[in-house]
Amino acid sequence: MSKFRKRNKAKQEIPTAALPDIIFMLLFFFMVTTVIRQDKLLVEQKLPDAKDITKLERKSLVSHLYVGKPKEEKFGQEPLVQANDAFVRMDELVLWVTRERDKLDEIDKNAMTISLKVDQETKMGIVSDVQQELREANALKIMYNTPQLIEKE
Amino acid sequence: MARNRQQQEVNAGSMADIAFLLLIFFLVTTQINSDKGLQIKLPPKADEQDKTQIDIPDRNLFKILINSNDQLLVEDEILNDPNLLKGLVYEFINNNGENSELSDSPLEGVVSIKTDRGTSYDLFIKVLDQVQGAYYKSRGSLFGLSATEYLNLDPKNPKQKAKIDKAKESFPMRISIAEPNKIGG
Repeated sequence: MSKFRKRNKAKQEIPTAALPDIIFMLLFFFMVTTVIRQDKLLVEQKLPDAKDITKLERKSLVSHLYVGKPKEEKFGQEPLVQANDAFVRMDELVLWVTRERDKLDEIDKNAMTISLKVDQETKMGIVSDVQQELREANALKIMYNTPQLIEKE
Repeated sequence: MARNRQQQEVNAGSMADIAFLLLIFFLVTTQINSDKGLQIKLPPKADEQDKTQIDIPDRNLFKILINSNDQLLVEDEILNDPNLLKGLVYEFINNNGENSELSDSPLEGVVSIKTDRGTSYDLFIKVLDQVQGAYYKSRGSLFGLSATEYLNLDPKNPKQKAKIDKAKESFPMRISIAEPNKIGG
């Protein structure tokens, strides 16, 4: 019994003084990694997934185009193309590409990549129209943005 | 002197709670930005003047047609399951002249995907993924790697970069995405 009593006298408290520091560290990590979305999405975005995808090395060279059904009904039911914060018409796409390209440094102009975020309900018609316009604008590197497919067994 | 004796401590007990609240806020709002997907290169703008017909022998062309009802026609035969495409394309690329109906060599074989305006984007991505997957599988098999292992090679590492370059040279990704038919929808 005397042995037990001795052990009970030992301090059983865990020092919690460092807890706020740990939490702060986690907090800073998430604050730094968080990217507040620049573009407000006006179209539906449910991307199809693919298995063998590649990653883009330099994010500064990427411009995004969103294609999908408009979220608000007043814009109709047909899929539309969104660039930055607004809808663009097909004939404005070439101008948009030129503007995006002007933002890049001279040496990077050929490496510009257009990332197409297309809703999975979309038909290929509008996608190929966009591609034709991109060819017209000489923006030939494109990427179909897709998340990683997680295979079910 | 009397003033100095007063305790000037701020109660820091709730600091952790505040930090927790902020932490949870950022945890919920964080979206780790992913620029991942299937990359392709479009052909340059077609000039009216030099529209020369390039004849590719039929054996070097792997034709995939998708109609507006999402039905697949692969090498003039109906295919019901798009997941079988990977094996077919892999066979086609790695034929090296053996079978007289498949490609002469990986350098000459072209995979052509033709869609209709009414084809769903979902299926197109599935098909493109299968075809690219077959190419990655071929590239990986050069070094005894799987497709996933090949994709995980780091281009910043000179040794692995050499591998990637060699694989790209042996198996150039020759995928042609034809302009879709105007009819249908």
